[in-house]
Amino acid sequence: MKIVKNLAFAALAVAISGSMMLTSCAGGNNPKGADSTAKAGTEEDNTILGAGATFPNPLYSKMFSEYNKTTGLKVNYQSIGSGGGIQQLTSKTVDFGASDAPLNGKQDSAMSAPAVHIPITAGAVVLSYNLPDVKDTLNLSPDVLAKIFLGEIKKWNDPKIAAINKGVKLPSLDIQVAHRSDGSGTSNIFTTYLSKVSKDWDAKVGKGSSVNWPVGLGGKGNEGVAGSVKQTPGCIGYIELAYAIQNGMAYARMQNKAGNFITPSIASITAAANITIPADAKVSLTNTEAADGYPISGLTWILVYKEQKYNNHSAERATKMLKMVQWMVHEGQQYCAPLNYAPLSANAISVADAQLKTVTFDGKPVLQ
Amino acid sequence: METSVDKELSPARVKTGAGFSSKKTPDTVSTNKRLKRSHRQIRAENIFRRTIMIVAVATVVLVVGIMITLAWQSRLSIQSAGLGFLWGKVWDPVRDIFGVYPFLLGTLLTSFLALIISVPFSFAVALFLGEYFPKGWMPDLLKNLVELIAAVPSVIYGFWGLAVLVPIVRSFETAIGVNAVGLGIFSSSLILAIMIIPYAASLGRSMIQMVPANLKEAAYSLGATRWEVIRMVILPYTKSGLFAGVMLSLGRALGETMAVTMVIGNTSLIPKNIFSPGNTMASVIANEFTEADHPVYLSALIELGLVLFVVTVVINMIGKRLIKGVSK
Repeated sequence: MKIVKNLAFAALAVAISGSMMLTSCAGGNNPKGADSTAKAGTEEDNTILGAGATFPNPLYSKMFSEYNKTTGLKVNYQSIGSGGGIQQLTSKTVDFGASDAPLNGKQDSAMSAPAVHIPITAGAVVLSYNLPDVKDTLNLSPDVLAKIFLGEIKKWNDPKIAAINKGVKLPSLDIQVAHRSDGSGTSNIFTTYLSKVSKDWDAKVGKGSSVNWPVGLGGKGNEGVAGSVKQTPGCIGYIELAYAIQNGMAYARMQNKAGNFITPSIASITAAANITIPADAKVSLTNTEAADGYPISGLTWILVYKEQKYNNHSAERATKMLKMVQWMVHEGQQYCAPLNYAPLSANAISVADAQLKTVTFDGKPVLQ
Repeated sequence: METSVDKELSPARVKTGAGFSSKKTPDTVSTNKRLKRSHRQIRAENIFRRTIMIVAVATVVLVVGIMITLAWQSRLSIQSAGLGFLWGKVWDPVRDIFGVYPFLLGTLLTSFLALIISVPFSFAVALFLGEYFPKGWMPDLLKNLVELIAAVPSVIYGFWGLAVLVPIVRSFETAIGVNAVGLGIFSSSLILAIMIIPYAASLGRSMIQMVPANLKEAAYSLGATRWEVIRMVILPYTKSGLFAGVMLSLGRALGETMAVTMVIGNTSLIPKNIFSPGNTMASVIANEFTEADHPVYLSALIELGLVLFVVTVVINMIGKRLIKGVSK
């Protein structure tokens, strides 16, 4: 009898844990999973939840802390990566997502409602290199860069590199390529650029936050790539401008679409964004027409649902969040430059404003 | 076993006991107390047994559940790639071509290489601490230090590897004339080897200490030298334990993620030799999971986890077989 009873208990345990497992399986696609976080409560009502890109995290932390000082609104931002942020927004477990790349078709269709893109800041990807005996700043052209990353240019004294670096004595050193091993918005901006400027790259590799690199070593994070570059003579890798500036690394001038060699800087990134930005703000700043713009730049966006009435999401909450985003686009911009982020160009700000005004709650605009 | 316990503690006995106590014998009070206590004890016993049974079953369910979850979540990838996933040589998230072969190779190469490097060290530590110097403050210190190796977080190994080991490996590679990158399968195997030493060493040490003294004394009395005692008494006596320790090490090496990710060079190309950069299944998951931005990609990464899970289970099963074979 006892054994039977015990077995019954065990079976019950199996059933319970089994059903728990199944619900957790289904949780990913279940919009009701959002209830626990989006539920209205006195404490929670004053905390906005966000998740996404790691690249703007230092800036966002600064902005949110400053905003908290003036308004008392708390923002809990988890920098889990753009892909993760988009997924959390899709499952409605956060109020806003943040991404370094605009939503692609597959991500758009996975969402139950349309989302708007609000640009917040811009950054650049720079090419850092380690050539111990070269004191001058290197010039790189799109063609040379693509060929290096395709493994077609193998030596630093290749005539193609020498042609755009007259007067620089290039060593006969093997080129080691370093790239990001983790999926990242940085890789996305960089491969988007290469796909634009090189047909070969577009055909063989393509663009994305992780791609199948034809050559080179992968390093985890900016620090991983920077580590490879610092340690290996002859190494070239791409990192974020802010990281390169903070760590005093050498980086190359890039030739832009107008043919000028541009040193990456906050000013030249903002310049790159000084173009006609489409109404939906989904634009890549790579290889823009701007004559003095650095060509490997990119915007980073905050994503919110166009219709804020979903689940238990309250009008009050939506207003608070959108006011905060509006603040980030205007007053918040002063915190960009000290942290080595590029402030938005005038065009980008007006597009962001227009986008914010399209957000509605129950059909009525949230911001006047 | 269980039924006999049940009979012993069955409530029937308590009832007869209660009837017995109604006769006013001198030690009624004490008998009653004892009976009450035993009744409570039986109940506690049953509750305890149920609890551990539920917890034990839940653990098993959890493992099976993980397996089912992995399989279910990777269905998209299984549908699109089928079995080709296992020997596909290209991992291209942009074009949704997913082949696990380079990473499978990377995982197996790093783990077994690490095992080959670490085994002499862990056996040496086990013999030294188990046989030569089992007592005293110095061996105690050494024992604790070796066990500390297992307690150091793996990200610290990765960092140390990147900062110290990789440059050394790079100059070694320059000296022997292979592609001098430093990062690669060889570096990660070295890091892994250090990380897994304590597993085989600790188990081996306690096994060696458990060898009966009379066996060793008998061998000595027959004129055996220390080396002969180790070779002919200790090793044969402890071989299944030593082997189990090695399997434990291997299991750790297969799943290690962070340290390997930092020094392996993370490329999806098939490694040409042990100095080439590569990638392991665990490091690919760690690298790419956060930004897996479309369903098939995510599903392929989960299937990668499933393959790693299965590989670990299969290697463990083979290991158990081998242990059985060895201990016969």
